[in-house]
Amino acid sequence: MNLEVLLPLLLLPPLVGAAVNGIYGRRFSQGMVSLIACASAGLSMLVAILVAWTYSTTSTGPAPFSHSYFTWIQAGDLRADVALYYDRLTLVMTLTVTVVAFLIHLYSRGYMEHEGGYYRFFSYLNLFLFMMLTLITAANYPLMFVGWEGVGLCSYLLIGFYFRKQSASDAGKKAFIVTRIGDAGFTVGVALLFWTFKTLDFQTVFARIGELPPGQYAGTLTAIGLAIFLGAAGKSAQLPLYVWLPDAMEGPTPVSALIHAATMVTAGVYLVARSSILYAHAPKALAVVGVVGGLTALFASTIALAQNDLKRMLAYSTISQLGYMFLGCGVGVFAAGIFHLMTHAFFKSLLFLAAGSVMHAMNGELDMRKMGGLRHKLRITHATFFIATLAISGVPMFAGFFSKDEILAGAYEGPLGQTWLYWLGTLTAGLTAFYMFRALCLTFWGKSRVEPETAHHLHESGFKMTGPLLALAFLSIVGGYVSWPRALGGGEAFDRYLEPVFGPAEEALRNAHVHNPEGLSGGALMTFSVLAACIGIGLGIWWYWKSIDTPRKLAQRFAGLHEVLIHKYYIDEFYNWLIVHPIHILSEKFLWRVVDQGAIDGVLVNGAGEVSTEVGGVLRRIQSGNIRSYAAWVLLGAVLWLLYVLVIH
Amino acid sequence: MVPLSHYLALSAILFVLGGAGFIIRRNMISVVMCIELMLNGVNLAFIAFSRFRGNLDGQLFVFFVIVVAAAEAAVGLAIIIAVQRNRDTLDLEDVDSMKL
Repeated sequence: MNLEVLLPLLLLPPLVGAAVNGIYGRRFSQGMVSLIACASAGLSMLVAILVAWTYSTTSTGPAPFSHSYFTWIQAGDLRADVALYYDRLTLVMTLTVTVVAFLIHLYSRGYMEHEGGYYRFFSYLNLFLFMMLTLITAANYPLMFVGWEGVGLCSYLLIGFYFRKQSASDAGKKAFIVTRIGDAGFTVGVALLFWTFKTLDFQTVFARIGELPPGQYAGTLTAIGLAIFLGAAGKSAQLPLYVWLPDAMEGPTPVSALIHAATMVTAGVYLVARSSILYAHAPKALAVVGVVGGLTALFASTIALAQNDLKRMLAYSTISQLGYMFLGCGVGVFAAGIFHLMTHAFFKSLLFLAAGSVMHAMNGELDMRKMGGLRHKLRITHATFFIATLAISGVPMFAGFFSKDEILAGAYEGPLGQTWLYWLGTLTAGLTAFYMFRALCLTFWGKSRVEPETAHHLHESGFKMTGPLLALAFLSIVGGYVSWPRALGGGEAFDRYLEPVFGPAEEALRNAHVHNPEGLSGGALMTFSVLAACIGIGLGIWWYWKSIDTPRKLAQRFAGLHEVLIHKYYIDEFYNWLIVHPIHILSEKFLWRVVDQGAIDGVLVNGAGEVSTEVGGVLRRIQSGNIRSYAAWVLLGAVLWLLYVLVIH
Repeated sequence: MVPLSHYLALSAILFVLGGAGFIIRRNMISVVMCIELMLNGVNLAFIAFSRFRGNLDGQLFVFFVIVVAAAEAAVGLAIIIAVQRNRDTLDLEDVDSMKL
């Protein structure tokens, strides 16, 4: 089995599954639909493992594999093939995506059982998986963009899955439109890239960039880097294009877990990581990436502090964690960013799936103020949620600790690291621990504040749902062991594994920027981050379990600040005022009334008709039926012709 | 000799009279007669030119015109008779059913 054959086999099952379920699914039983969908996802996962094994055991070592299947676009210098690319980064991404996607497909069997549109859901979910895999395995920017747009489409379809609900369909549109703004940046960046290097194939373009003497094309490369990052910021919900992600929680919870936690939103990080050579030669752009990532991480975590809706809080947490990933890439430790992408996929999707389990038990309620004490009735959900919370808080020995710590260390001592970014990240880590434990206490611990009618309904979910929870919990623990930190005597195997991919970029950065941090050792850095986590956890537990009056009193004392946080800094209102409302007015008052109704309907369409009618009305008088007038016209014509011949000609 | 211009003037007068009558007259047969008048005016012009240029081309063409005039008069009268038998009128104003 060689890779040329295997790679398409990775992509095809979800596409086929989506098509079959999409076309025939209405007639299938639920069991049949989920069998097709889960088998497709599972098959992809198995092929991904097989491809990983095949790739790792070939004699060509860590060299990337690339194969072109057919020419898609050929126009002058522009050539884009349907070509797939596989290297160690692709390996990590495909394994993460297929494993998490498969588990979520399994979970959805139970979760979506009593919802309508079962076959539609699984068809969209399979289609999404196909698009995501296309994005990851593409060998050139145009094909990657196909996957990029495809996941955007599936996100729109799935967010607006309950399309009869106004808020859901609005959220779907919002997601698509906001990411479209980012996509404009992506397109501009790719166009500039082509204009400069005459190719969009990864291997070729990265080789050409790598050969550039330092400083050449710096301005263009910076522009390209920024434009592409705009695309990444849209897709991965960073400042200022993050506003769609919290609204996206309108979609079913498996969608939030898969698309808006583990996979689609990480596409932006993958894009930046894949283009690492580009960013290495455009350090100003990379610095922007890092700063935006860091600021977003802090910004979103402050909003998460005050949210009462469980899923919304997790959404802001996702935005914050994505900020961490961009921070990692932005300071030059791309491998750490990808490492966090992987661990985050495990624990964040687990958090969302557990939230879905809670939602099921609570008959659709998500307000944490109406929960409490759920750990007695929802034992497995609580246990797995707890493990995920420990992971995301950066508690040692759980997955999140290892990845977050690598990023923070990079922020301190990496090639583009800056000390203030390190402290920003550490503060955010503390906040993260705090709000996660706040959620844990409010939802599962303490006294029950559940309303009596709902309390009857409380039950642990079936194995169809708890099974994947347990699997993800396992991964949230061991997922971090692939990279034991240097400070604890380990060899950071994951980073060295990705060395062939990011090596050139990281080396270019190190040669250009000599960064001598002021002397905190790796061990000291680790201690600070653990300390931040402990403080966050301690405060969270104390305020939301032991001394539950304190938050309410603080909210009253700092009512202004509290209002601002609950209203998410009023950013949505600001965007509405600045952009949405003016466009709406422009559309309605001018483009519709004046251009469409007035000019096009009135002048062009109706006007053409009226002119024809008028002219016809005049001309028809010639045909009067009166023979003598016909004779007169003939005579007149003859006279005119005679005049023409004799006089004018 | 009578100058050419006299012949041509007479020809023009005949033609114009025929043309005017063709438009003004209401009786179908009068219209056909005016057509014949127009054709004869043209014939006169051809003959005059033939005489004054010294060759027979004009007179040859007059033959054609006379033949065509005869055929056309026959057909035209046949149509008039058919119309008269069906509509019981010889007035052109009454034959106007082809209006839009």
